[in-house]
Amino acid sequence: MLSLSVNSPIPNTLVPLKLNPSRPQTRLFSSVSLRKLQVKASSAEVAFKEEEKYSDEGVSPTRGLSEELPPGLSRKAMPKHVAVIMDGNARWARKRGLPSSEGHQAGVQSLRELIELCCKWGIKVLTVFAFSYDNWVRPKVEVDFLMSLEGIRISVIGDSSKLPTNLQKLIRDAEEATRENSNFQLIVAVSYSGKYDIIQACKGIAQKVKEGVVELDDIDETLVEQELETNCTDHPYPDLLIRTSGELRVSNFLLWQLAYTEFFFVQPLWPDFGKDEFVDALTAFQKRQRRYGGRDS
Amino acid sequence: MSSGSTLGVGSALHSFLVFQMEKSNCSRARQILDSLVSFLRKFIFRILSMGPLPNHIAFIMDGNRRYAKKLNLIDGAGHKVGFLAVTSMLKFCYELGVRNVTIYAFSIDNFKRSPEEVQSLMELMQEKIEGLIKDESIVNCYGVRVYFVGNLKLLSEPVRLAAERAMLATAKNSKAVLSICVAYTSTNEIVNAVEESVEEKWNQITVLEASGAGYGLIKLGGIEHHESEPLIKLVDIEKHMYMAVAPDPDIIIRTSGEARLSNFLLWQSAFCYLYSPSVLWPEIGLRHFLWAILNFQRHHSYLNKKGEQLQHLLQDGF
Repeated sequence: MLSLSVNSPIPNTLVPLKLNPSRPQTRLFSSVSLRKLQVKASSAEVAFKEEEKYSDEGVSPTRGLSEELPPGLSRKAMPKHVAVIMDGNARWARKRGLPSSEGHQAGVQSLRELIELCCKWGIKVLTVFAFSYDNWVRPKVEVDFLMSLEGIRISVIGDSSKLPTNLQKLIRDAEEATRENSNFQLIVAVSYSGKYDIIQACKGIAQKVKEGVVELDDIDETLVEQELETNCTDHPYPDLLIRTSGELRVSNFLLWQLAYTEFFFVQPLWPDFGKDEFVDALTAFQKRQRRYGGRDS
Repeated sequence: MSSGSTLGVGSALHSFLVFQMEKSNCSRARQILDSLVSFLRKFIFRILSMGPLPNHIAFIMDGNRRYAKKLNLIDGAGHKVGFLAVTSMLKFCYELGVRNVTIYAFSIDNFKRSPEEVQSLMELMQEKIEGLIKDESIVNCYGVRVYFVGNLKLLSEPVRLAAERAMLATAKNSKAVLSICVAYTSTNEIVNAVEESVEEKWNQITVLEASGAGYGLIKLGGIEHHESEPLIKLVDIEKHMYMAVAPDPDIIIRTSGEARLSNFLLWQSAFCYLYSPSVLWPEIGLRHFLWAILNFQRHHSYLNKKGEQLQHLLQDGF
C-alpha cells in the first residue's frame, strides 16, 4: 500500500529550507540535498521532474503574497481557516479505468494547488482530511514539497501510530522543523476522528483534575478547546469547510470545531477541484451572513 | 299568529337553513379535499417506507424573521407562523414512521438578541409548551414523549416549570420521541458531559479509597493491572449528553439556505446527512420533506459502508 523508497534515515535536525532561485539546479531535488537526504525512488521520477520545473522557474510558490485576487473576492473577507474533506480520489480513478494510486496522485496535485492559492490569498490555516492511508502514496516527496514552501508550518493531527515508523519520524521531524514558521499553517488530519478528539480532550482534563491543576468547576468551553488536537493553531475553528464529490456529511471530521463553520458541498471529485472551484467556494462564503445566533440589526 | 307572519318566519327560517347548508357544503367540500390530500400523502408515505427510513430527523428552523419581513408582518408574527410549520412537519414525521424528531427551538446564543425578542420568544414557547399537554395536542395524538434538551437552568422560571410539567405529562407516551432543544448549544452539552464524566470517575475513585479497597490506587489511572485501561471512554461521555434520550440523527434539515450547524448536535451529526433547502422555515412543506427522505434513501447504502468502516476504527481506539 505504501511505497516509501527512502534510502537512508532522515537526520535528526532538519533545517528549514529556502528556495534560492539563482542557485543552479543541476541535481534533482538539489534543494533537498541541503539536508543530505538520499532518495532512491524511480517511481517518483515524474514528481522530481515537477519539482525541477518549480525550481527552474525560480519562483517560490509562496512568494507572490500580494497577488491579485480574482474579481469579486475581497481580501478582508477571506476566511482565516479553511478545512477540506478531500473525497473522490478512488472514484476519479475508477471512472478513468486507472488504478487508485493514480487517483491519489491526482488528488495530491489538487492539494498542492490549493496550498499555493491559500498562501497567496492570505488564508492562514488549511486543514485537510485524508480518508485513508492510501493518500500517502509517496509521502517523502510530498513532505519535501511542503518543506520547500517558505514560512509554512506543518502540523499533523489524528492517530499516526498505525503508520510505518519511518513515516512517523518524517512527520515528527517536519513538525519540529517548521514549528516557528508563521506565514501559513497546514494541518493534515491522518486517521482523525472528531469524536475521539473530544474524548482525548476529556481524558486530558480528567488528568488535570486529578493532578489538582484544574478544579471540576473550571471545566468550560475554553478548557476543552485548549485540550483538543487543534490546539496546535491559534485559529482552531474553520470558517469554511469544503467537501468534494457531492457527499453531504461531515463523516466524523472536526466536530467541536465546526460549530459555526460555513459548509460548502461541491459535486466535482477531489482531483477535479481546482482554482475555479475554490474561487466559487470563496465567493459563496463571502456572500454569506454569519450571525452566530444573534441578529444583524 | 296570522298567516302572514308565519310565512315571514317560515321564509326567514328557510333562508337561514339554506344559508347553513351552503356553508356546510363549503366546509364539506373542504373536508373531502383534506381527506383526499391526507390519503394521497399516506399513500406516498407507504411507498417510501418500502425503502430505508430515517429513525431520527432534526430540524434547524431558520427563517422566521425573514419570512415576517417578506410579508410585512409585525415582529414576532414570523415565529408564530413558524410554529404552524412545526406541527405540520411533526405530523409528516410521525405519519411516515420516523420515531425521533428533534427541533432547535432556542440556542444559548439567541440570548444575545434584543431583550424584547427574547421575551416574546419565551412567552411564545411557554404558550406552546402548555398547548402540548392538552389532550388534543399532536403529541398525545401520536403518543409522543417530549424531552426538553439543554441547560434548562438558563430559562426563566415559568418556562422551565412549564417544560418540566410537559415532560412529566408525556412521560407515559411511548410511540415516538420529540426532543426540543432550548437553551442549548452543542459545545455546552459536550462540556457538561465532560464535567459529569470526570466527576463520576473522581467519585468512583474516592469511594474506592474510602472503603479501603482503593489502598494503593491513588492514581486516577487506576489499578495496576488496569493501567492500560483508558480513563474515560466514549460510552461515558455519551451517557452524560443531554441528547442521550435519542439515537443520533439520520438527517439534519436547516431551512433558509444557510449551510451551517450553528452549534447544534455537533457530536451527534458525525455521520448524518445534511440538507439545507433555501425555503424559509414557515414555508417548508411536504415536497421538501419528501425530497429529504428520498435523498436519505439514495445515500443510505454509502453511509452504511462508511459508517461500518469508521465504527471499527472507533471501536479499536476506545
